[in-house]
Amino acid sequence: MNQLPFIIAAYAVALVVLGGLTLSSFLWMRRAEREEE
Amino acid sequence: MQQSPGWHGLANPHRFQRVSALILPWLMAAALGFLAAGLFIGLVVAPPDYLQGPSVRIMYVHVPAAWLSLGGYLGMAIAALAARVWRHPLADLSVRAIAPVGAAFAAVCLLTGSLWGRPTWGTWWVWDGRLTSMLVLFLLYLGVIALAHAYEDRSRGDRAAGLLAIVGVINLPIIKYSVEWWNTLHQPASIRLSGSTIHADMLQPLLLSAVGFALLFAGVVLMRMRALIAAQKKAVRLRRKAALADAGA
Repeated sequence: MNQLPFIIAAYAVALVVLGGLTLSSFLWMRRAEREEE
Repeated sequence: MQQSPGWHGLANPHRFQRVSALILPWLMAAALGFLAAGLFIGLVVAPPDYLQGPSVRIMYVHVPAAWLSLGGYLGMAIAALAARVWRHPLADLSVRAIAPVGAAFAAVCLLTGSLWGRPTWGTWWVWDGRLTSMLVLFLLYLGVIALAHAYEDRSRGDRAAGLLAIVGVINLPIIKYSVEWWNTLHQPASIRLSGSTIHADMLQPLLLSAVGFALLFAGVVLMRMRALIAAQKKAVRLRRKAALADAGA
């Protein structure tokens, strides 16, 4: 069985989930701090 | 004599905002550096496993995600306990900030584990002790998030979410010892306090990526805490404005 697609999929899952979480948290922080001022 | 603020002093939201603004860029830069080094070495330089082949490279995201979803849950439960016992102003906010981050790491652990299981075990999923208790951890995180948002009265939501976070700690030793208590497809722990059975060429990128993911976890929690504090300050200011307007009318 070719294992490469599974490795690529695992790294893509990590990138999408954790990258999305980081980006959304950063944007939320910026928006909340702008609205606070 | 004036004492230095220490960790307890950070429970002051103003001081926390000031210190976290200084730390955050460095934390995220260090996270990216460690992640880039760990994942590059893991994907390109480290050798494939003699038994599993190249699919062992999934370990460099799967194992740190598992460690951090467990460690994050313990941190969340300690914060929930601190909120109940010492009434730290930031403790309940920590629970709200950690829960989604822990849930995301638990989801990554489950999904990458499934993607590792298919070529290694021949199946995406089995209802054994380790996988099921890990799924329970993910559901506990979702439960904490749901309870924190379930009430109009924020403090009731904090109390309910904190209680679930504390009770759910019982699941952590179940996850840890599930591979010893029950028959399972999942391998036993390769890294223990007594030493590691992983070859140094694989251990080094694993530790680098684990440090990177840990710094990322901490950085995202800090961002979410800063957002929650800012939102809370805005809500207090709006309430004050409304009260003043009512008094003037």
